[in-house]
Amino acid sequence: MKRDIDVPALRLENLTLGYDRHPAVHHLSCDIASGALVAIVGPNGAGKSTLLKALTGELSPLQGTFRLKAGREGVAYLPQQNEMDRSFPVCVFDMVAMGLWRDIGAFGGLRRDQAERVHGALAAVGLSGFESRQIGALSGGQLQRARFARMMLQDAPLLLLDEPFNAIDTRTIEDLVAIVLGWHAEGRTILAVLHDLELVRRHFPECLLLAREPVGFGPTAEVLTSERLAIARRLASDFDDAARVCQRQPERGAA
Amino acid sequence: MIADALFAPFFDFEFMRRGLAGCLALALGATPVGVFLLLRRMSLMGDAMAHAILPGAALGYLAFGLSLGAMTVGGIIAGLVVALAAGLVARSSILKEDASLAAFYLLSIATGVMIVSLRGRNLDLLHVLFGSVLALDDNSLLLISAISTLTLFALALLYRPLVIECFDAAFLRSVSGTSPVAHYGFLVLVVLNLVSGFHALGTLMAVGIMILPAAAARLWVRRLPSMLGLAIVIALASGIGGLLASFHADVPAGPAIILAAGAVYLLSLALAPGGMLGARLDRRPHLES
Repeated sequence: MKRDIDVPALRLENLTLGYDRHPAVHHLSCDIASGALVAIVGPNGAGKSTLLKALTGELSPLQGTFRLKAGREGVAYLPQQNEMDRSFPVCVFDMVAMGLWRDIGAFGGLRRDQAERVHGALAAVGLSGFESRQIGALSGGQLQRARFARMMLQDAPLLLLDEPFNAIDTRTIEDLVAIVLGWHAEGRTILAVLHDLELVRRHFPECLLLAREPVGFGPTAEVLTSERLAIARRLASDFDDAARVCQRQPERGAA
Repeated sequence: MIADALFAPFFDFEFMRRGLAGCLALALGATPVGVFLLLRRMSLMGDAMAHAILPGAALGYLAFGLSLGAMTVGGIIAGLVVALAAGLVARSSILKEDASLAAFYLLSIATGVMIVSLRGRNLDLLHVLFGSVLALDDNSLLLISAISTLTLFALALLYRPLVIECFDAAFLRSVSGTSPVAHYGFLVLVVLNLVSGFHALGTLMAVGIMILPAAAARLWVRRLPSMLGLAIVIALASGIGGLLASFHADVPAGPAIILAAGAVYLLSLALAPGGMLGARLDRRPHLES
């Protein structure tokens, strides 16, 4: 994939998102460069998942806009695991093959080379031999591997991962981080919501610290300072039920 | 002797053959829809929808008499309005689907009862309540078969989006815009098949031929295609069993069919691998890995 440095993969312009008029993400503006590997960090309720939901089009902004260089079709989104019904009778191969939706659509069959790609993706996440296993029979870590394989097949330029390493053992995390770094090396743009700051410092060059308000965005070492983290913790805990209407004007050119 | 008891009624009597054709059509159309209702955890929703259809059919009867067309159209309209309104409310308000559905079908029933009592006529609605699988005329049979045919084609078209919508709706929404098509298309199929079922089994029992075979099949098999196939076989077998029981023991056919499906369900619950005893009866030693 060719890196096109001039146009950002994602531009957020004074974006405010929320539920029931209460902002969960408040006046966020920033540019995510093509090929960036960005961790989104912040306390619970800071608006991290909300931001990803808005980028996939599930939630419309209260104010502001965002622009995706690759368009809606160029986004692959990995929601948190608990949104999936694991009791449904479907096997691992079929579930992973759904990652080819944009190639095969609702009716197309799998050609031989596409079936090979599914097997290849399963092998890449270490699930060879699990093809006919029901998804309900997988462990949490194995299911997450399968979801990564599916995302691999989506072959999207912009990847959104919502807490991809939650409740997963260290070995699986290592394997999955290696896959994410592989995607980064291929030039894809990646935004991942994460809680493990150690992991962010080790692998993610850039970081967006959110606490409803944007607290910092830039190189990880400059953003994840104890001072800014303290600000983030304080901001996330204010919630006023009788909050007044926000009158803030968008600041031109501010990031 | 046994063959006589099993086959002779169908050879000798036309109403038994018509009942059999109706059961076959219902097994092919309504039962696969029931499988998806069950897997989407909407089994009780099917029951609520069946109640929502009743006032529409009653209104059709009130306006046009015992006319198949009027009652069918009335039932379909009432069912669709309730299903779509409930779906819309669930998607755009904080109420969940079950709550909005309960609200709308209760409204629908109350409206129906209100209109019926205002007209002050003594309605012969037993047909609508309990169906008449042994008195299916040509038009009813054609209607049921047409709806089943339509259902099979629609399910073939919707199959992939519907399956993904069932187990990972967020993923489907992120890759395509077919999620609402799958959701509402499925609701329309539910309503159509409930209306088709009420001509044979009545509104109160139409859900039975959808859910009971699906639940029994779920206990036996693990894959969705086998589940669909097995559910259809169970539904058809229950239909035949119920018709024969009704013929030989002189009991009403509709309840006999549903009870036959219920018997299969109870038996599966006891014996099947996914049932209550099945897993405990499996005494084979565990595997190495």
